Amino acid sequence: MASVSISGIQKSFGPAAVLRDVSLSIADGEFLTLLGPSGCGKSTLLRILAGLEMQDAGSISIGERSVDGLRPKRRDVAMVFQSYALYPHMTVAANMALPLRMRRLSAIQRWPFVGRLLPSVTRLAAEIDTEVTRTAKSLGIGHLLARKPGQLSGGQRQRVAVGRAMVRHPAVFLMDEPLSNLDAKLRVQMRTEIKELHQRLGSTFVYVTHDQAEAMTLSDRVAVMLEGELLQVAPPQNIYADPDDRRIAEFIGSPKINMLDGVVRERGAIDVVGSTLAIDADALPGTPLTLGIRPENLHLTDHGGQGALTGSVRMIEHMGSDLFVHLDLAGLDHPFIARLLAERAPHIAPGQTLHLGVRPERVLLFTRTGRRLRRQDEATPSSVTPFRDVAQ
Amino acid sequence: MSRPAATMESAGTMAQAGDRGASQLLSASPAKRRAFAEGATAWMLAGLAVFLLLALFFVPVLGVVLIALTDWQFGSASFSFVGLANFREVFTDQGFRASLLNTILYVLIVVPGTVVSGLAIALLIESGRSCRAFYRAIHFLPFMATLTAMAIAWEALLHPTIGLINQTLAAMGLPTANWLRDENTALPVLAVIGIWQNLGYAMVLFLAGLKSIPQDLYDAANVDGADMWLDRLRTVTLPMLGPVTMFVVIVVALRAFEAFDTVKVLTQGGPGHASELLLYTLYRESFEYLRTGYGAAVAVVFLLIVVTLTLVQTRIVDKKVHYQ
Amino acid sequence: MSQASSSLSMPSGILRHAVLLLTGAVILLPFVWMISLSIKPPGEIFRASFSFWPTHFYGIENYGKALTEAPLPRYMGNGLLVCALILILQVLVCAPCAYALAKLRFAGRDLLFGMVLIGLLLPHQVLSLPLFILGYQLGILNTYAALIFPYVVSPFGIFLFRQFFKTIPDDVVHAARLDGLSELSIVWKIMVPMAAPALAAFSIFSVVGHWNDLFWPLIAVRDESLMPPPLGIMAFKSEEAGNDYGPLMAASTLVVLPLVIAFLAAQKWFVEGITGGAVK
Repeated sequence: MASVSISGIQKSFGPAAVLRDVSLSIADGEFLTLLGPSGCGKSTLLRILAGLEMQDAGSISIGERSVDGLRPKRRDVAMVFQSYALYPHMTVAANMALPLRMRRLSAIQRWPFVGRLLPSVTRLAAEIDTEVTRTAKSLGIGHLLARKPGQLSGGQRQRVAVGRAMVRHPAVFLMDEPLSNLDAKLRVQMRTEIKELHQRLGSTFVYVTHDQAEAMTLSDRVAVMLEGELLQVAPPQNIYADPDDRRIAEFIGSPKINMLDGVVRERGAIDVVGSTLAIDADALPGTPLTLGIRPENLHLTDHGGQGALTGSVRMIEHMGSDLFVHLDLAGLDHPFIARLLAERAPHIAPGQTLHLGVRPERVLLFTRTGRRLRRQDEATPSSVTPFRDVAQ
Repeated sequence: MSRPAATMESAGTMAQAGDRGASQLLSASPAKRRAFAEGATAWMLAGLAVFLLLALFFVPVLGVVLIALTDWQFGSASFSFVGLANFREVFTDQGFRASLLNTILYVLIVVPGTVVSGLAIALLIESGRSCRAFYRAIHFLPFMATLTAMAIAWEALLHPTIGLINQTLAAMGLPTANWLRDENTALPVLAVIGIWQNLGYAMVLFLAGLKSIPQDLYDAANVDGADMWLDRLRTVTLPMLGPVTMFVVIVVALRAFEAFDTVKVLTQGGPGHASELLLYTLYRESFEYLRTGYGAAVAVVFLLIVVTLTLVQTRIVDKKVHYQ
Repeated sequence: MSQASSSLSMPSGILRHAVLLLTGAVILLPFVWMISLSIKPPGEIFRASFSFWPTHFYGIENYGKALTEAPLPRYMGNGLLVCALILILQVLVCAPCAYALAKLRFAGRDLLFGMVLIGLLLPHQVLSLPLFILGYQLGILNTYAALIFPYVVSPFGIFLFRQFFKTIPDDVVHAARLDGLSELSIVWKIMVPMAAPALAAFSIFSVVGHWNDLFWPLIAVRDESLMPPPLGIMAFKSEEAGNDYGPLMAASTLVVLPLVIAFLAAQKWFVEGITGGAVK
């Protein structure tokens, strides 16, 4: 068990900078998710943590101990790979025993045939065997120990991969998109199991994913990465409701957040696509802003004008309890989506004109450069969390 | 290209004519007629190949078995079946037995030599990043080069007086040899040339096998603690190359059994029968001595060996690829 | 992906180069010696020296002799002609058959594919005696036709094209049929162009095999004017009785050269073509 401290990590592959000055502290026992689209550098950061890649600059310590330049073996980390990376020629038992054999037996003791003749090898092998069996049983794969990975289902392979990581009680678990090769149903089930595993073991987990749902459900904190930069580190609910950056707001949430260009008219009023919303922005009149409005923060009203947005219905998607209504707003070149409760909006048809009310306190304001502009009444920044990010 | 394509085109219209005839012939359901038409088209398209496969592969292979069972001589008008007499003659013949033993010995030298050196060079090339294409090209070159011509170059290298090899040995004060005329060295020298020619082939097959090992496995081994060269080799590389190795062994063995050019150019099987290999025996008996039945029997024995090896290969490859 | 931890450290990197350069040198030795002798005068060849470069450059004389005394250009021309005709005929015969096997459903398809697989398994040398008799019956021995006819159908070609055609979606064929193409135009206008990589691999496999083949030409032709390069150079060697090394080495160099140049120019294609041929 250990905390992890990452500071000032930089990494380039050739001319392409993959990580630009990434700093992050992970508390002992925390479940931290690195979330971002593919190519954002999250996997590279994880591989640097594991010691599979070396950073160009910056340093990493695990449990107060600097691990820069240490080989993966010496870092006391275990990793679960996206492809599981099980050794196909070994049984499940041998797969799980390998990390223990590599640590506890010397090079000579591991030699085939000869090694077995050396003193204490039998005893060590029996110990390893016991531990493997115990771990396998705790994961519900005790009956699979004699099989080879090729004979297992996706979910079983996933468990073996987790078991191989667990068996030697590492200080930190690293998981690189471990659920992305499973089908949707199994993914939800394994998500729960990983959550339970974390609670049971109490170890530090660093989990890489591009899947918002995994990040939101599993994590104590989510670190959102884009283009090699860490944009925000915060608990899941803050990432969604209180993003620091326009790109985070756009990356998280489905359907995507609506973005509208507006201009501050005066204190407490912003002009936006033919309407004026009563929002108190901390900006001078005339400042251009971008308003982020999540589809579920809109509701039907019966009048247009002040405080409401008006548009004509282009298309309706029925999602069961909800409706996704796509609207054309005058002066807006992309569709505007509202998520309405189906029971409150039963009569909507394409072509119809709708008035949508907005709750000002739910509107996210961004400068034109994408930085979050908090309203006067929003004093609390997102990072009031149990895990204050010291490096930021 | 244009003229044969045109004749093919007319074959196509013939196929369509066949379709019409078929549809008149059968007052069956549209689905059945359609299936019949598709069958007719398929056989039209494949017809030439089928005829040629029969004429150039199947009839000859039956022919060679038949000839092996008769006393027929090339040019003679009559023949009679003699059962296994030719095979009896073949197996009691000292020359053939020597040839068979030589071939087995040759294969037993060439296969391990080629596989081990090919694997070692592939591992060395893959272990670094620089000059990969360059090293691959150099080591693969002998496999491309016309072996008849290269055998002549080898003959010059091995020349008892002016050859580089004996000169070097003499300069170092070591004993020299008349490599191709000495019955103790002729076969091993041919085997060395066989290894020289084939190791690049084994190497590229191994390189392809190495490329297909997922990087994730190396990463996993690394995190698991197998991070020294030998551990990685034992944990990941060699086991993952298992199926490829099986394949390479068989393919190289097949090529070794088919060695001919070097024997023909360099030793003609001599001295005595010391370097005579099966295919050379087959050639000499059939086409130089015109012992038709005997030659055919040798061909059948050769065929049996090759077919057995290939069947072993397909069985093993089916079973062991990817350890499923 | 870079693999920081697995790339070699400095000393082992140098060791790698040292070993590979050494094995490479051994591999290249016959080539180097061949070229060296091909530019030396007879006197220097028999004076036994280690030097690669001759004191008297005799290349013009040796290569001149190889090109004039032996009909080397003729041999090379024969090789080119035979290889080209074999390849063209193989593609013409194999592609339609492979298309039928890959994309059409018909009674006997499995049987036909079985025949192809058995054909793959048969070594050509075993068939040489009956093929020789067939050639004799047809009266084509000692002609170009004799060199070509055993190879006009290639089980490997059918197999390779079939495997590749199978990866082309059926919808492409259906679309072509709806566009009014006949089955034969589908083969030549759609399938074969789409299978260009397979065609390239097979061409290399076929040309390399037949340019280098000695066994069948030895049986099929006697006239020097018909000989392909390997057979020609053997004839040249026995005429010279192995005494005139310079021109013989020059001739060998010239025979080896075309494929080596082609290989160095298109290394990737050659390696793929040849390893693809490993199923044969």
